[in-house]
Amino acid sequence: MTTHDIELTVNETEVELTVDSRTLLVHALREDLDYTGPKVGCESSKCGACTVELDGDAVKSCTVLAVQADGASVRTVEGFADGDDLHPIQQQFSAEHGLQCGYCTPGMVTTTKHLLESNPDPTREEIRTALKGNICRCTGYQNVVNAVESAAAALAAGEGESAPDDVELQTDYPTPGED
Amino acid sequence: MFPPHFDYHRASSIDDALDVLERHRDDDPRILAGGHSLLPDLKNGRASPDVLVDIGEIDGLRGIESGVDVESDTDHGTGQTAIGALTTYADVLESDHLERHAPVLTDATRVLADLQIRNRGTVGGNLTAAEPGADLPAAALAADATIHVRGPDGERTIDAGEFLGADGSESALGERELVTEIRVPPSPTGGYAKKTHPASGYAMVGVAAVLEIDTETIADARVAATGVLEHAVRLTAVEDALVGERVDEAIETAAERAGETIDPADARSDDHASGEFRVHLLSTYAAQALERAMEVDA
Repeated sequence: MTTHDIELTVNETEVELTVDSRTLLVHALREDLDYTGPKVGCESSKCGACTVELDGDAVKSCTVLAVQADGASVRTVEGFADGDDLHPIQQQFSAEHGLQCGYCTPGMVTTTKHLLESNPDPTREEIRTALKGNICRCTGYQNVVNAVESAAAALAAGEGESAPDDVELQTDYPTPGED
Repeated sequence: MFPPHFDYHRASSIDDALDVLERHRDDDPRILAGGHSLLPDLKNGRASPDVLVDIGEIDGLRGIESGVDVESDTDHGTGQTAIGALTTYADVLESDHLERHAPVLTDATRVLADLQIRNRGTVGGNLTAAEPGADLPAAALAADATIHVRGPDGERTIDAGEFLGADGSESALGERELVTEIRVPPSPTGGYAKKTHPASGYAMVGVAAVLEIDTETIADARVAATGVLEHAVRLTAVEDALVGERVDEAIETAAERAGETIDPADARSDDHASGEFRVHLLSTYAAQALERAMEVDA
């Protein structure tokens, strides 16, 4: 068994750690560095719960070796908020109730950021295509797509600034089957 | 799911990678690029090498160049497009040049896996792993690609058909050889259509088509399928039925012949689809691929 000393920049903080050759990036982040935002779902690059930004690109951190990421910059969902101010994408996932249990949300939010950076005004079809690799077991896709649409609008309006913090939480949810 | 233990080496250059492969020739060394075929194989026990050689940081293996070698930046004088082995699917989709000159690759990459995988998986890795049902092997066959490799005996080029074992033989890629780039001749017409497996994202059946059209008549056709056999395969009956015909009349009758050259008993058969069903699907997706190819040309 070989180990490697690696350096990562996680959420703009430089860290050094020692990993086994076979350690997956998601495990290094969660277990060695306590960034529990990325979740371990299927561990087979299907569900997207482990999605993080690696050198600016959304990737599935269960399918990257930690040692492969040596020298790279990683952003987990913990790096999205500015202090107590949630990132506009996070605010809209909250406002649109784009989550139920929340397990898939860090991955959804990270993929959404990647989408909106390359396509700031996506159609609903484009949103669904972009989120193909993020599975929600609560099947809350409708509100997820709404959240991404609202996030696109919020980012366009605010030029990337944080949206106002008085997000109105929706409470009058339709009864299932009504819509 | 943890990968088994292995030693990891990050190669600083192609020569360094070849040195490590040679030094560890008895340790079943495997080349790691984007890792999106190899790491799943390690986790599910389909591969258990003692040594991984990571070529992911060799910048000379990345990029899309028209008319020049990706690695040496010298003109190869053929008008072909060179795609570095480490070029990601996302890089392919960002290339306007490829979309104009090899649209079959762009079209196949567009429906390949998902956004995160496209950010990380590589063209060279895809063709080397050549998973049954992977999209690019069919596109590479239709595009008439050549695969450039480096190994202990130097450099050589391998025709995509030989590289992918399209006639059912073993891949022509030798031990301790690594793919450096893929070259495709210019072809402004091409399309890809697939029946996506809803869980794996691979093609249950996928068909890639490239047409050469000379004043409304099909002068040449290359049509290839993935997913139906263990390897990608040319659909020669469709090609023969297209050549010499008018573009607006040939598609339907040619596509109907897609299953002719494949015996359903030889086709992949599993819980998801029988061999018979896969062969049955071929005509539908051949027609769609050909129609997409025409659209691109128009």
